[in-house]
Amino acid sequence: MATKKTKSSIRPLRPGSGWTYAPAPESAAIARIDEQYELFIDGKWQKPSGGSYFDSINPANEKKLYRAALANEKDVEKAVTAARKAFDKYWKKMPPAERGKYIFRVARLMQEQARELSIMETLDGGKPIRESRDFDVPMACNHFFYYAGWADKLEYAFPNRTPKPIGVAAQITPWNFPLLMAAWKIAPALATGNTIVLKPAETTSLTTLKLASIIQEADLPPGVVNIITGAGNTGAALVRHPGINKIAFTGSTAVGKLIQQETASSNKKLTLELGGKAANIIFSDAPIDQAVEGVVNGIFFNQGHVCCAGSRVYVQESIAPIFLQKLKDRMATLLVGDPMDKNTDIGAINSAEQLEKINYYIRLGKKEGSLHYENTATLPKKGFYCRPTLFTKVAQSSRLAQEEIFGPVLAILTFRTEDEVIEKANNTPYGLSAGVWTDKGSRIFNMSKRLKAGVVWANSYNLFDPTSPFGGYKESGYGREGGLHGLSPYVTF
Amino acid sequence: MKKIPPAVFKPSMLAGPAIDQTGVEERTARFTKRSIKAASKMQGLLLTLRMIDLTTLEGKDSVGKVEQLCYKALHLHDAFEGLPTVAAICVYPSHVRTAKKALQGSSVKVASVATAFPSGQSHLSIKLADTRFAVEEGADEIDMVISRGKFLEGEFAYVFDEIASVKAACGAARLKVILETGELGSLDDVRKASQLAIAAGADFIKTSTGKIQPAATLPVTLVMLETIRDHYYKTGTMIGMKPAGGISTSKLALHYLVMLNETLGADWMDPHWFRFGASSLANNVLMQIAKEREGCYQSANYFSVD
Repeated sequence: MATKKTKSSIRPLRPGSGWTYAPAPESAAIARIDEQYELFIDGKWQKPSGGSYFDSINPANEKKLYRAALANEKDVEKAVTAARKAFDKYWKKMPPAERGKYIFRVARLMQEQARELSIMETLDGGKPIRESRDFDVPMACNHFFYYAGWADKLEYAFPNRTPKPIGVAAQITPWNFPLLMAAWKIAPALATGNTIVLKPAETTSLTTLKLASIIQEADLPPGVVNIITGAGNTGAALVRHPGINKIAFTGSTAVGKLIQQETASSNKKLTLELGGKAANIIFSDAPIDQAVEGVVNGIFFNQGHVCCAGSRVYVQESIAPIFLQKLKDRMATLLVGDPMDKNTDIGAINSAEQLEKINYYIRLGKKEGSLHYENTATLPKKGFYCRPTLFTKVAQSSRLAQEEIFGPVLAILTFRTEDEVIEKANNTPYGLSAGVWTDKGSRIFNMSKRLKAGVVWANSYNLFDPTSPFGGYKESGYGREGGLHGLSPYVTF
Repeated sequence: MKKIPPAVFKPSMLAGPAIDQTGVEERTARFTKRSIKAASKMQGLLLTLRMIDLTTLEGKDSVGKVEQLCYKALHLHDAFEGLPTVAAICVYPSHVRTAKKALQGSSVKVASVATAFPSGQSHLSIKLADTRFAVEEGADEIDMVISRGKFLEGEFAYVFDEIASVKAACGAARLKVILETGELGSLDDVRKASQLAIAAGADFIKTSTGKIQPAATLPVTLVMLETIRDHYYKTGTMIGMKPAGGISTSKLALHYLVMLNETLGADWMDPHWFRFGASSLANNVLMQIAKEREGCYQSANYFSVD
């Protein structure tokens, strides 16, 4: 009787190890990628006035994918002038129903080229093809369809008021959902009658440039949408330009703060969608197996490069051991590797720089004494990869629980009571999203009222819909994108 | 060492986590996104064949029909060398002797439905007699049905005692407990019935009789697999799983195997622990195997209809 097991011991499983899936790669040849891309200004592809270009690589294998034009201040000037001209000459005068037709046309063209768009998104950014195929691209199309419908119904969106477009909108998008963020920004701006200069993130310009060619194909009046590529300097020049009436930025809190300073002395309207450190809260009465899945989707979706990622999990102490075992067993089944393989769950980290930042936090977590667990996948030799990782016994005061890592790294904390977890969940400078897992309806309502987060998901996580507004509290930014609310930042009365 | 099931029902046997149907459906949708190709597809197809309980449960079943089905179980498609046999033949008790004789000397098991299959609407004594008869005739496995009416009335102790009694009547035969999930109405009840069956001594839990729609579905099977997993986490004892009814294509069977692999893992990827209750699945798998071997699909006329 020497090895009698204690009552609380949990027998481990070997999930996912009974069958390996043969490679099932999507075909890269479907994407027609040019060697070099110019700037899309005034309806034409124009060479950058500085004559310089920058390379973009495929993070999955570090091979060069294409080169894109580097826009300088002169190009920004050209783009803003073109947008202003288009606003005065065509777009603000056009009957709203006509505007709607153009947006519907863009949506349909995107849908027709959905496969190519998703392959491009995966090659350029490193996200699994399953996600770009099933989430990014269809959701981007849906945003265009949704806002196309609003174009001629704005008087119903703002009853008894007369909404008018603001003018020229400067839009800056991040590298985690390049096409989707472009859609979130372009669609409502066009529907409300504004013209646009948009700059995608420098590591992921490809699908935005493809979208420019779709917009050209849809025959939008020249200058209504201008796409300029480049890094931080290009973005700064765009933000500073006096001809801009409205800025929409999605990206890091640090850059968001700079933009806010920059625009403080102007009357440019500003919306910011910044970082997050969301709490995903699991009560003891939760549907545990589905909660495990929600936690996995919350943090490992898009390699954790999600501003609303559920990066802090609060699990009630009474179920913590079994919850952790289930989570680890589920993590063991996650397939890490080539993003173009249809079976890949976790693709490539977007850049070497981001991978280094994630690894810094993993080293820090180990040093801080949190218990570390990671999936055992063999990583490809070339490219930027990180195994799905979790830390348990993380303290509220640990940096792992406080700072945004933006990678597949999960911090697990425990709690005892409802009040305690609300206090802990709100104890962060961010406030973008939260998740609540419980079988008790009244608790969901109580929690969603008291959690300081723009979105609270109940028994689900990372669900999006064009009709639903999205945005943050505190240092996660302000303003809403999506839904009826997403029209407000682009109108004046 | 096998634990003797507790003879007494305890309400704590029903205590389990809540089930969120939307979440279950999202999870099962993910399994269907796995792309199974080349060698892994062939491996999956062959494993599927080995996991089939080739079934005939009809009023018109005769000695001739059962003998032909047994021949098929042993000779799935002799034109291809090296094909495995199915796991078992599943018949009514009156055909167990015929099947046993036809399968003599092979590793194919004989499973028999019992306990007033499919409705289970009879007295316990008759159900026990039905079970003993099937076992005496030579059944290796007994597929019993639970009393769904009693379950829905909340008579959990009754259902528990019935399963425990049938288990005792099975002797050495393995007991599969059919929950008939299509009559249970919610995934919470599927979970509850699975726990009850396991606590009462089930060796296998099985979704359906095949006589009620819906029969096996991915969500229902996932909830049952997760119950088996929780039982294993707690006790270290493995329980088998048998989805039955409605699985007639290889593609769907492979989705079930993906689900099994990613939920319970390597130890369950074996006919001893997982079965497909099906009558027409085998031929569909054979057609896929033919396609993998020859590079093109063959007409259904090349495969025997049994």
